[in-house]
Amino acid sequence: MLDSGEQSVETLLEVNNIEVIYNHVILVLKGVSLTVPKGGITALLGGNGAGKTTTLKAISNLLHSERGEVTKGSIEYRGEPVADSSPSELVKKGVIQVMEGRHCFEHLTIEENLMTGAYTRRDGGAAADLEMVYNYFPRLKERRKSQAGYTSGGEQQMCAIGRALMSRPETILLDEPSMGLAPQLVEEIFGIVKNLNEKEGVSFLLAEQNTNVALRFAHHGYILESGRVVMEGPAAELRENPDVKEFYLGMSDEGRKSFRDVRSYRRRKRWLS
Amino acid sequence: MSADFLYGIEVVINGLMAGVLYALVALGFVLIFKASGIFNYAQGVMALFAALTLVGIMEGQVPFSHLINAIFGTDLHYFGWTVPALLAIAVTVVIMIFFAWAVQKFVFRHLVGQEPIILFMATIGLAFFLEGVGDLMWGSDIRTIGLGLPQGGSLWIEEATASLGGDDFYGFFLDKLDILATAVAAVLVAALVAFSQYTKQGRAMRAVADDHQAALSVGISLDFIWILVWSIAGFVALVAGVLWGVKSGVQFSLSLIALKALPVLMLGGFTSIPGAIVGGLIIGVGEKLFEYLVGPLVGGATENWFAYVLALIFLVFRPQGLFGEKIIERV
Repeated sequence: MLDSGEQSVETLLEVNNIEVIYNHVILVLKGVSLTVPKGGITALLGGNGAGKTTTLKAISNLLHSERGEVTKGSIEYRGEPVADSSPSELVKKGVIQVMEGRHCFEHLTIEENLMTGAYTRRDGGAAADLEMVYNYFPRLKERRKSQAGYTSGGEQQMCAIGRALMSRPETILLDEPSMGLAPQLVEEIFGIVKNLNEKEGVSFLLAEQNTNVALRFAHHGYILESGRVVMEGPAAELRENPDVKEFYLGMSDEGRKSFRDVRSYRRRKRWLS
Repeated sequence: MSADFLYGIEVVINGLMAGVLYALVALGFVLIFKASGIFNYAQGVMALFAALTLVGIMEGQVPFSHLINAIFGTDLHYFGWTVPALLAIAVTVVIMIFFAWAVQKFVFRHLVGQEPIILFMATIGLAFFLEGVGDLMWGSDIRTIGLGLPQGGSLWIEEATASLGGDDFYGFFLDKLDILATAVAAVLVAALVAFSQYTKQGRAMRAVADDHQAALSVGISLDFIWILVWSIAGFVALVAGVLWGVKSGVQFSLSLIALKALPVLMLGGFTSIPGAIVGGLIIGVGEKLFEYLVGPLVGGATENWFAYVLALIFLVFRPQGLFGEKIIERV
């Protein structure tokens, strides 16, 4: 949905230089800044423990229940500070997170799971949206009466995304949708994400370890490492960047090298952005 | 039919009805445990407190009268009016909702994410605190509930069934109060199940029971759900407190019925509403039947320990209870 003229696009979410501390002592994010434009798919990439999930949870404010805290910086949604909003207020404002590892309500049926997504809504349009979700995820319709705990990993991921859709969100924070899924299913799910982005106009902030897939579907990307943004740019550029190719896509122009020759950190570090 | 057999049936029926009361107390535990993982030790005291409050309001007693009299040198005890039962019940319900709110606001909100054992300890503290408040508010005398509930044997049933047996059978002896309690419990359970299955808040309650984080992420307020759950548990405690209170007087020992609920929970499973009901019934029937059949051989008083031994056997062979939440495992 995003065209090349990215500059003119309205900014939905703006994260400015945030620092997150768990349990008062463990510094996890050391100044992360990013923006999510309206109608775009923004990817947040990086390895294990880079701080992707923490960044998403800082935005959706699910950090609080895990004893994490944003100690510096600001988070703004549509220009309003939202760092102190509860998750439920954020959902009402249109920001909802799909957590890593699906987190479906195991003992509820698929349909009941989807209906919990409409919890904050007062407009009574949930029934119509249920059909919309079933349109995007026909598999869920087949399994709507089964307990979510007994459905497959792919179906659970679809259920989690569908559940978020039921809140009629403007922005979905999607955490690691590819986790534990077969490559074919990953393609299917990313295809649906792209569809939702184009047809329903939902903006995505996508945390993903699978750099290859994420950069193919996203418009813009940020690369996180040890709690800092080390690189950012349009997805197409990142895909061609030699460092990204080498470190995240496992490709190299120079052929196989001895491990001795790999200078570990050639990447340009940005301490503040 | 022989009289012995018929008396056996009578014992079973009475056991079922006693079981319903156990089930009611256990239900309060299950509700809170399912939604928040808290084993609420204070459930029994909540029943006592609710019953005390109901009696106090109905009799027009001045709350905290001892305290007020001691500080201001007055001699207040009663307002001098009596409150109709329904109004008093409504006021008590409001007080229990306020209690639920206060518990969430002042205790458990600050303990989010703590170990279960810490939450459990907090409920022990809560039990003692509530007991003290109950004493201070309404005094420590044994009270009777004047709700006008029917009591005593039901002659009608006795006469209607007398012809079943021979000359030495005089019909089933059933306490009217037990019959009423059974009906009340059945309605309460049906209402609870309907609420949790078919309403939005009920669905949210089950969602919270399954996964706190995910519930938060879709915008469910845990605070609100927990207050809701404690309020419902408070209401269940009120019903249980009243029914037991009518039977044996409202006094401190009422809070010990919580101990009777423990074996029920072990049998039925801590997370299952049907489990609490069936567990209660099994304990009720088992206890009475065991006393009737085996009691005379071992010198009686088996009711005191039978439930616990049964629970122990269950713990060994089926630790999640009869209806404990199925642990969903995908292969």
